[in-house]
Amino acid sequence: MITDFAKPTPPNQDKRWRLVDATMRRLGQQSRGLIETLHTVQEAFGYLDEDALRYVAVSLRVPMSRAYGVATFYHFFTLKPAGEHTCVICTGTACYIKGAPQLVDSVQKMLHVTPGETTADGKVSVLTARCLGSCGLAPAVVYDKEVAGKVSPQTMRERLGRWVQP
Amino acid sequence: MTPEELEQIAESEREAQKRFTHRVHVCVAAGCLSCQSQPLKDALDKEVAQRGIGERCQVKGVGCMGLCAEGPLVSTSRGTMYKRATPADAGEILDSLEGQEVSRLVCPTDVPFFARQKKIVLENSGVIDPEKIEDYIAADGYRALIRVLTEMTPLEVIDQITKSGLRGRGGAGYPTGLKWSTVSKSVGTKKYVICNADEGDPGAFMDRSVLESDPHRVIEGMLIAAYAVGASEGYIYVRAEYPLAIKRLKTAIRQAERLGLLGSDICSTRFNFRIDLRLGAGAFVCGEETALIASVEGKRGTPRPRPPYPAMEGLFGEPTLINNVETFANVPPIIRNGGEWYARIGTEKSRGTKVFALAGRVQNTGLVEVPMGITLREMVYDIGGGIPDGKEFKAVQTGGPSGGCLPSEFLDMPVDYESLARAGSIMGSGGMIVMDESSCMVDVAKYFMDFCMTESCGKCVPCRVGTYQMHRLLDTITKLSATPKDLALLEELCDLLKNTSLCGLGQSAPNPVVSTLRSFAEEYKAHVEDGKCPAGVCGSAKNEEPA
Repeated sequence: MITDFAKPTPPNQDKRWRLVDATMRRLGQQSRGLIETLHTVQEAFGYLDEDALRYVAVSLRVPMSRAYGVATFYHFFTLKPAGEHTCVICTGTACYIKGAPQLVDSVQKMLHVTPGETTADGKVSVLTARCLGSCGLAPAVVYDKEVAGKVSPQTMRERLGRWVQP
Repeated sequence: MTPEELEQIAESEREAQKRFTHRVHVCVAAGCLSCQSQPLKDALDKEVAQRGIGERCQVKGVGCMGLCAEGPLVSTSRGTMYKRATPADAGEILDSLEGQEVSRLVCPTDVPFFARQKKIVLENSGVIDPEKIEDYIAADGYRALIRVLTEMTPLEVIDQITKSGLRGRGGAGYPTGLKWSTVSKSVGTKKYVICNADEGDPGAFMDRSVLESDPHRVIEGMLIAAYAVGASEGYIYVRAEYPLAIKRLKTAIRQAERLGLLGSDICSTRFNFRIDLRLGAGAFVCGEETALIASVEGKRGTPRPRPPYPAMEGLFGEPTLINNVETFANVPPIIRNGGEWYARIGTEKSRGTKVFALAGRVQNTGLVEVPMGITLREMVYDIGGGIPDGKEFKAVQTGGPSGGCLPSEFLDMPVDYESLARAGSIMGSGGMIVMDESSCMVDVAKYFMDFCMTESCGKCVPCRVGTYQMHRLLDTITKLSATPKDLALLEELCDLLKNTSLCGLGQSAPNPVVSTLRSFAEEYKAHVEDGKCPAGVCGSAKNEEPA
């Protein structure tokens, strides 16, 4: 039993750490709350950096290796900050059958990034998703949380064009 | 909450709804929302306010009506359904309530797509407001729970479920009554009920639709299950990729707590039950029950060998009941109408109905619920409306990455657990993807293998290394540079993965390859021996995998 456990202080003065603390409190400061806490961190800050992982690990009294292990095991967590806009192309089966590979291809040619990367100017992050569950509208793309269905390479290029133009 | 109080809520809600002479239902599930159904609903609301008919005309956001391909869908109390409506059509739609229907927007509802369905799980989808508990109660909601708590013993509940013949809707088809009975007999200081809403299969969206359209049904199902097995705590493990489902579940849980349907001393009995949400974080393997438990415990989602089964030692080492969303959603109607009623639907070994997500190269894509035993031909041609653009049917894929591709000779096969298994596929959670002649089956097999390779958790060697090697071989074949030796090795690996992997993911990973090797052997042969792809998909640059 650890008796001399002192609660660590957040890495900085950012008020968003209060949200993180609230989640940990709600789950009883226990290691079982690790994934939920990381969700809160990612929601508040957009990604998980080393300081955040270390803070969560120490607060929940789990080894740093476990926090890092969980953060890298699940695809939903990202250790890098995302671009200003995100474009998520669904590559689920229905979308694949209906032309998602052409969309991926087209975005690569247009922005010179592969899925999982952000453009050099930090404007657009391109991601692929396993399945958005919008299979009735395949192929689907999510532009900044807004789902668009029956996307063609052309409509996607137009949409992305609005983001990359200065 | 007493039965009388519940009846009172239902009665006053029905009264309130009767005051409206006209009702307009707008689908606000994710499919239609992405076709701009929210602006449409706002326009209707505004129009109603402007005309000052808010007293007698109700505009209601409802769950999925099924025909996602034609969204946004609107239905009116006159029984007309409109498709592809835009905010500009709001005025005309309101006019049609007392006049002519808007013929250019009419979506006929007497077509097989609607007529051939039988709705049990989806009975409230498209009818009730998913964010309003009173609406669910007015549609006989929570009546089954009250009945169970006041009139039935846990054993009687399990007996009804056993009689109904309900089998796990997550894919494996394990008899639900048997599972409940095992958990109820297990001894532990505490028991848990988990709802598996980690719908990871690409091409499947049944669970999402149920959660978005009728979340209270799932909560009621979990409550009944908890009472039957003696559990006091529950978790819904839902994908973080479904923000709308999460939001509606949170609302539903809060509403149920407020009415005393969740919490302590539910309905003045000694039954306590709490539900908390746990968000998945994008790992397909977490659909496997032991991996899911690890994830709820805040760990990496890796499976462990069974036994001990979760029914004996599950979450935090205690007996745990894990069922899929659709399984729980079937429970309230079974209790309301009796197990025998449910057992009369479907085939001898697969009772009841199944919700399918029909997608791919088919006219009517969307969500359908059909009685078990319907044939694939009826699914594809009657309900699905056939293949668009005059193309030829090639295969239908069921069961996601763990399932198989069924060619045209299986079209007249009934859809039930046993028939699908005999044909080399599985029921799975209900994804059904239709492919036409423009799809290359080797490419499709590679797609699924790529999925399994990326999603392999890495714990056991056969799955971690095997899926990688199989993907590499399939990649060589699709690049048209494979030798017959590669093909033989591929077949050998299928066998190895199936027999030596730790969990379902690895054991079923070869299924898409096995089923296509069996039914489309000539396509593989054409790739390997003749160096060409009959569908014209492989070998070209556009098929290159992104690095």
